[in-house]
Amino acid sequence: MERVPVLKIGDILLVSIQIDMEDQVALQLQEDLADRIVSTGCHGVIIDISALDIVDSFVGRTLATIASISRVLDAETVVVGMRPAVAITLVELGLSLPGIRTALNVELGMDLLARQRAEEYGDEDDEDEDEADTPAVTAS
Amino acid sequence: MSDEGKQLEIVSDQDVVRVRQLVRTVSVAVKLSLVDQTKLVTAASELARNTLVYGGGGSAEVATVNNGRRQGIRIVFADQGPGIADLDLALTDGYTTGGGLGLGLSGARRLVDEFDIVTDVGQGTTITITKWCR
Repeated sequence: MERVPVLKIGDILLVSIQIDMEDQVALQLQEDLADRIVSTGCHGVIIDISALDIVDSFVGRTLATIASISRVLDAETVVVGMRPAVAITLVELGLSLPGIRTALNVELGMDLLARQRAEEYGDEDDEDEDEADTPAVTAS
Repeated sequence: MSDEGKQLEIVSDQDVVRVRQLVRTVSVAVKLSLVDQTKLVTAASELARNTLVYGGGGSAEVATVNNGRRQGIRIVFADQGPGIADLDLALTDGYTTGGGLGLGLSGARRLVDEFDIVTDVGQGTTITITKWCR
């Protein structure tokens, strides 16, 4: 059985689906990604589907499941590169991929993840400052 | 009027991929638009999977057709499985007995120009879809 490779780039796992996946390959990818998120501690997953000429309900459901699993494992998923004809067909099929973030290409997907992460860190920084302030007040 | 079709057995995951690829090749040959190719291949993928998962395997026959004015593609999916007891329910968005999204049958019907289904409990299911060139 073929396998879809999962590449680690900094804090992001990049998956570029280049083959017409059998259903079992899609399920294997779901497991591989969950394992890699835990083993690497990455906080972002980008799935590039620009090479896919169709996304049917099975692949659509797999993408949604991957996004949900990632979220539970503290990683955000962005699906990038969907072809226009695929988008039209998916919506007509009745799948609008709720809960999945999308971007037009890998670069914009990385920007999106970086922005989100920066916002989260921004919040944590504020908390750190509060904690730092408290002992200072107590000391005086 | 129709050309002699090409028949594929559907007994495994790989066969679903083969059906998609054959439908894609024929769609390009009869010059369906890119969006229509995508819709037909997607519909074929849904129905081929249904044939495998619910029908216990079967076959797909892909043929080009001509109604005198337009060219098109006709695909017949046939299985000898348990059949569908309540067709109206099976064609409802979101209804599934197999743990899927319940969009395969209803979604596939929306993606093609003609959709015909013959089924009976214990008699298997035959679904015929047609997509015409614009």
